[in-house]
Formats: sequence, C-alpha cells, structure tokens
Amino acid sequence: MSTPVKSTKPAARKRSFRELVDGLPKFVKVLLVLLLIVFLYALPIIEPPFISTPDVDFGGTLFTVATYCLVALGLNIVIGYAGLLDLGYVGFYAVGAYTVAVVTAAHGSWPFLLAVPLAVVAAMISGVILGAPTLRVRGDYLAIVTLGFGEIIRLIAVNNNWLGGSRGINEIARPQSIELFEVPHIDWSTGQPLLDLDNTTVFLKFGILDLIPYYWMALTAVLIVIWADRRIKDSRVGRAWEATREDEDAAELMGVPTFKFKLLAFALGAFVGGLSGALFASKQAFINPTSFLLLLSILFVAAVVVGGQGNRYGVLLGAALVAYLPERFRGFEDWRVLVFGIVLMVLATFRPQGLIPPRRTVRAKQAEAEIAVLEGEAPKDEA
Amino acid sequence: MDFDFLFHSFFALTITGLVVGSIYALIALGYTMVYGVLQLINFAHSEVFMYGTFAVGWTVIALGGVDTTGVAAAIGMLLVALVAAMIVSGAVALLVERLAYRPLIKRKAPKLVALISAIGMSFVLAEAMGLRSKIFDAFGIDGAFIQPYVARSRDDMAMPDIADPIQLFDIGDYTVNSVDVVVIVSAIVMMVLVDQFIRRSRVGRGIRAVAQDPESAALMGVNSTRSVQLTFLIGGIMAGVAALLYMIYIESTKFDVGFLLGVKAFTAAVLGGIGNLRGALVGGLVLGVAENWGGALIGSQWQDVISFVLLIIILLFRPTGILGESLGSSRA
Repeated sequence: MSTPVKSTKPAARKRSFRELVDGLPKFVKVLLVLLLIVFLYALPIIEPPFISTPDVDFGGTLFTVATYCLVALGLNIVIGYAGLLDLGYVGFYAVGAYTVAVVTAAHGSWPFLLAVPLAVVAAMISGVILGAPTLRVRGDYLAIVTLGFGEIIRLIAVNNNWLGGSRGINEIARPQSIELFEVPHIDWSTGQPLLDLDNTTVFLKFGILDLIPYYWMALTAVLIVIWADRRIKDSRVGRAWEATREDEDAAELMGVPTFKFKLLAFALGAFVGGLSGALFASKQAFINPTSFLLLLSILFVAAVVVGGQGNRYGVLLGAALVAYLPERFRGFEDWRVLVFGIVLMVLATFRPQGLIPPRRTVRAKQAEAEIAVLEGEAPKDEA
Repeated sequence: MDFDFLFHSFFALTITGLVVGSIYALIALGYTMVYGVLQLINFAHSEVFMYGTFAVGWTVIALGGVDTTGVAAAIGMLLVALVAAMIVSGAVALLVERLAYRPLIKRKAPKLVALISAIGMSFVLAEAMGLRSKIFDAFGIDGAFIQPYVARSRDDMAMPDIADPIQLFDIGDYTVNSVDVVVIVSAIVMMVLVDQFIRRSRVGRGIRAVAQDPESAALMGVNSTRSVQLTFLIGGIMAGVAALLYMIYIESTKFDVGFLLGVKAFTAAVLGGIGNLRGALVGGLVLGVAENWGGALIGSQWQDVISFVLLIIILLFRPTGILGESLGSSRA
C-alpha cells in the first residue's frame, strides 16, 4: 500500500506561547509575573464589567474560585503527578474544615491562625491513614475506595454529635483583623472607570459583609502553594512521581520506592485539601455535612481533568472555570448542572488532554506524529 | 453493639438484606460487564437504572394502576412495565455508549477522560429528568395529559399502589411475602440467563473475546463496536429489571435516586470481583446482607459506612474481589 505521505513539517509549526515567553529576557518575565499577581489581588477592587458577577458578591465568588484553585493544585499532585485517581478528595477538605471548626468553636477557642496548622496536619494524617492500606490496591479500585472514604467522613460528621451532627458547627473563628487602611472600589456604572470613595474595603478586616480580605488570604495561599508545587515537581520527588505514574514496575526496578512516593503524594494532596477546607470554614463561619457532598469531589476531579491534569496552570484554569461559571450565570441556576454536564462531555470528547495539557504530553504527541511520518504512515489525528 | 436485636430479628434482617442485595446485583451487572470489556467505570449506569424506575412508574400510571384490584391484572401491568423499563434502560444505555464512550474510544483517550465524560453524561441524564417539566415548558408542550408524568419533577415520584404483597410463609419469626420472593427469584434467574448467554452464545463469545484482546478479536472477525454496544445493552436491560424490582420494593423514585444506588452497586461489583458476572451476584448479596447486619449491630445510620469499610477490608485481603475478576478469562 503506497499512500502518499502527507508532509508535516515540525519546524514550520507555530511558536507556542511557552517558547514566546521563554524568549523574553529575565527581568521582563519577572515583571510580567508581578503585574499578573498585582492584577489578581486587585481584581475584586476593579470589578471589571462582564467578568464580575451580577447576582452574587464578586469577592465571595473570587474566594470560591481561589479555594477551588487550591483544591485543584492539591488534587493535581495526586491525579496529575502521581496518577492516582482520588474520588474522595472532599474528605480531606472536610477534615480540614472540621478541625478548624472543632478547635475554634465547638470544643475550644483557638485563634484561627493556630488552628490552620493543626487542620493541615490532621488532613495529612487522614491522608496517610487512608493511603497506607489502600494505595497497594490497583488503580481503578482506588477510585471506589477513595469515593467510599469521602462518604465515610461525611457520614461520621452527620452521625457524630461531638462534631455537631447534621446541624453542623457555627461561629467558627475568623482570622484576626488588622485594620490598616481603606481601599476604594472602582465604579463602572457610567461605562468609565471611576473611583468610588463611598464603597471601600478595609484592608484586612475579616468581617461578614466584605469577603474580599478572605479572597486575598486564599489567593496568598494559592501563590505559596504554586511556588511549593514548582519546587517539588522539579525535584527528585517530582521525577519519582512521574516515573511511578508512567510505569510502576519499571520505576520500582530503577530503585524508586513507589509506595512511599505514592503515599507522599497522597499526604501532600491531603495537606493542600485540608488547607483549603480550613479557609473555607473560616470564611463561611458555619459548616455542616451538606457542605461536603460527594458531588464536590467529582467537581474537583472535573476541574483537574478539564484543565489538564499534570499542568499546574491548566488545573488552575479548570478550577477557575468550574467554580466561576456557575456563579456568573446564576440566572440560569436551574439549568447549570445540566449545562455543566454537557460541557464536561464536549470537552472530554474534543479536548481529552485538557485545556492546557502538560508540556510532556504535547511533546510526546509531536514525537508520535513524527515517528508516524518517518514510518510512512499517514499521521493519525489527535489520539 | 446491639447483639440482641441482631439475633432476635436475624431472619428478617437477612432476607431483607438479600432482597436489597439482589437489586444491587442486577445493577452491578451493568458496571461489571462494561468494566470487563472496556476497563472503564461506567459512571452513567446509575442514570440508566433511574430512567428504568421512571419508565415503570409512568407505565403503571398510564395503565391506570391505582384502580386495579385483581392479581392477574396487577401481574399483567407489571409485565408491561417490565418491558417498558427494559426498553427505556436499554435505550439510555446505548445512548450513553454512543455519546459518552464511542467518540473517546475512537480517539484512544485516557481512561480518566472517559470517566469525566461519563460523569458529564450522568449529570445530563439526571438533570434532564429533574428538569423535565421545565423542558416540556420550553418546548411549549403542556396540557393535562402530560401533567401526571412531569409535575413536581424535582420531588419523589411514588409508585401507584397496584396490589398488596401476599404473605407467603414464615422463616424464623419473619413472614416472607410475595415481593421478597419475586425480587430474589427474578434477580437470580436474570443473572443465570445473562451468565449463560455470555458463556454459551456466539455473541457472548464475541464479547469475551473483545474483553480479552480487542485487536485479536477484531482480526478474528468480531465486530468490536457491536460487541461493546451489546455489552451496554445487556447492562441496560438488567438495570431495567432492577428498576422494576426496585419500584415494587421501595415504591418511590426521584431524579437523583441513581447516585447512591450506583455507588452501592459498583461497590458490589468490586466486592465480587469486577468483570466477573457471578461475582456481581455474590457481591450484591453479600453487600445487602452485611449492610443489614452491620446496621442492626451499630445503628442503621452507619449502614453506608459499613458497606465501604467492608469493601476496603475485602480489597486489602483479596484485591481482586471475592470471586476474582475478568470477564475474558471466564471458562467457556
């Protein structure tokens, strides 16, 4: 069979965004990143039209987006880096939230900032307790076991009066306020950006009405976790995860203690999930078991997979979409789960590698296509 | 630990456990078959079952169920409902295969992505049922004739009473009634039928071949797409049977009823050894009974916890489930 070989010239392909950024001098890169960070902090103050949510508080929405981003970063370690499908991630989120609730409200009066480390450690321990027996079972079973774990955590919260039962726990401590200065918002009602001096946010006043300081807090946590994530992904640990994910037996033969590294991924994922839950509990000031439904776990997994598992910026985008779109389109409240389902299906079908796939995947695809050309086959359409 | 209660109502707990377990087993069959062939968790299977329950309820309403009295009329009505449920569930299962799986299998997408697309499909199906009154409104279809089917579409829909269960005989201090017998017997009969069909028939062999090695099967002339379709169809039809039994036993359904049952049924499939048809039956029955016993021991609010803990324990000591896995390796 001699089918005419289609010519694909890898050299002629468009320069990717990545290469474009890599070509810039270092100080420009740093400047761009700083600008982006400043923009993110200023976002709730600017309240840009179209982006800001008309029906719900924009600061609150951004806070939700930030917590989802945090969760997605943590879950990305488990799913994207280590390749373990965790369908019960909400369990760690709940452990973090409940720890804060218990020590600051129900059975103690710790300050929030002391409760957070405890919550994170508690979530990590629960991750190890879940992971130690279950990480030895095969991948698909892990999904159902973790799903069960998420449900067990929720049911324990429902049935245990010490944890508030189904009524939940209220009056959870807020972070300590340090009122320094007021930041005016920007008013777009005339079509022009105007400073609105009547509508201000007090810098770091963690109250009930203005949720923007919580967003700043969560955004700070996200940035720290991104930084830590970069460090760990590029370390020996990150490479060990990658090897384990790609071929567990080969990794083991090469001397990677795969079980230990899987457990580490689980614990670190739980760590970030617990942190996110702690922030959520403090902003909400009230939690009950219905805040931690199984559906939330599935939304988290969807965020990671839709964004592009394994790419931290991809999962951030995925998390932002999953958290933001339903809030932006509150008017269609009844229909949003339906639409969300359709979006998941369409994305899975037409962009299975996620919105922003990891560079490795892209390179592997290109290599595959080039090999196919060399072997004289017609290049496959994206597999 | 309430051992007294467990021992006093041992037979009642065991038999109701078996009844619920049979329903789990029939749903588990759909999970286990799809997993056996594609190695994918068909997350939307719970919705396939849910559509079956509605098909049963609507059929009975359409046939004017409330007024009938005779046993013969009731049985006839249930048979019609059974056929309706099998058709609806089978059709929904085929739809799931067509929309959520085939496009991805063609592109050789990673497993996780197929799971996401199935989750999406599951949301779409459940919400379409939950929003059915709004959807009909949007298309401008309303009127008295459609009201009984779409009214209050986010609430429970009760199964109209058609006949009271007949008390049959005593085991211990529990009086077995006709519903218990019908559910357990028909579940076991259906499982045996499917098992024999997969083991003995030509298409069944095709399905097993695809489960073992899709490429070799294709080279041997097995149409793998058709085999996958058939797998979904059989799973769907069994979910339809399960739906009828569920509606006889529980007598009420809702658009989101599938979720928890689906999780339980999948647990049952894993428990018995996923990909193994007989394992689905064993897993379902074990799960149903264990839930009841455990619930009696430490309180019924812990039932779900018990089933998951049981799953974790069994997987630790026997990672391939009670009967071992694999649809392909079952001897013919």
